[in-house]
Amino acid sequence: MSSATAQAPAKNGRGTLYRGHGGMWSWVGHRVTGVVIFFYLLVHVLDTAMVRVSPEAYDAVMESYKTWYFALGETALVAAVLFHALNGLRIILVDFWKGGTRHHKTLLWVVLALWAVLLIGFSVRHLTLAFGGH
Amino acid sequence: MSHAANETAAPAAGTPVAEETSDTRPADQSSQGGAGGIESFDIVLKVRRYLPEASEESYWDEWRLTMYGTDRVLDALHKVKWDHDGTLSFRRSCAHGICGSDAMRINGRNRLACKTLLKDLDLSKPIVVEPIKGLPVEKDLIVDMDPFFQSYREVMPFLVAKGQEPTTERYQSQADRARYDDTTKCILCAACTSSCPVFWTDGQYFGPAAIVNAHRFIFDSRDDAGDMRLEILNDKEGVWRCRTTFNCTDACPRGIQVTQAIAEVKQAILARTF
Repeated sequence: MSSATAQAPAKNGRGTLYRGHGGMWSWVGHRVTGVVIFFYLLVHVLDTAMVRVSPEAYDAVMESYKTWYFALGETALVAAVLFHALNGLRIILVDFWKGGTRHHKTLLWVVLALWAVLLIGFSVRHLTLAFGGH
Repeated sequence: MSHAANETAAPAAGTPVAEETSDTRPADQSSQGGAGGIESFDIVLKVRRYLPEASEESYWDEWRLTMYGTDRVLDALHKVKWDHDGTLSFRRSCAHGICGSDAMRINGRNRLACKTLLKDLDLSKPIVVEPIKGLPVEKDLIVDMDPFFQSYREVMPFLVAKGQEPTTERYQSQADRARYDDTTKCILCAACTSSCPVFWTDGQYFGPAAIVNAHRFIFDSRDDAGDMRLEILNDKEGVWRCRTTFNCTDACPRGIQVTQAIAEVKQAILARTF
């Protein structure tokens, strides 16, 4: 098979975006959250590695995590992990459960509902701690 | 379609062919002559043009047309090509949803121009027509279909039945026939394959259409090469590239449950391995 990616240049007024439905946008979300989680892991490896430098350096890094802007960032991270995890389970069901392809839209709504519930629960707890002091 | 049936007399030498534009035509619901009782409306058709002999760049072209309630997007393209701009290029053969020539992206989604009625679209905005994505554009709405048919050929889309040739017809129960009925409907229009985000960026992927046509034989009780086809599709660029976005299922003008067919092939590969 030859490559078929070469598109005609479309500089003069770009082409439109493909108007996919939930299936396509959940796939986009899955990709984006996957990349976000990957970059978080890089940072996470770095910050835990600070303990090898010195315990004080590690403590200093941990201290900076207790600020409100990191709390917001952590909430975003949890949002990404939750979506990626739940949507991943949905994809497994679509692939390997007999009724998965027929009910994929319902499954997506279930994923989004669970995601919202879990995220709201986490945010309330996490942000009151972060903003309200200990 | 014959919107211009009254123009039979050949134009005198030197005079340009009377061109029907929306300005000279009585607009709105006036039930005139041949079109008696059928509603008419003005539309704006916006087409993505690419004329390699003129310019390397693609651009948008627009036409305002008066069309009827029974017209399809294909009729609007015909009207442009026949009455306004003969350079507009697109494929169509049967014009009735069987040959699969006129798959294009209409208002952002892959559709057959001959099966999309204008009145079903939002006419308050221009109707946007683009070539299908992921295949090299050759001219206007015409793309190079060779990569598409190449992957189709690779799944061996023909019956392989060896040994003990029957002296009568090959018997197949109704239940066995029904097993793969959905995937027999494919017309190879490439609407599914060119709606697939994986195929846009990875032209090596077999694509939904090839898998659908493999499915049609893998689950045919008379066929003996199912294992070979599963082996072909059990590949990095085979069924495992499918990310279940369901764009293909939505795009299929024949209503084939494409993503489900792909999932069934995935499951068949796993069932065979263990």
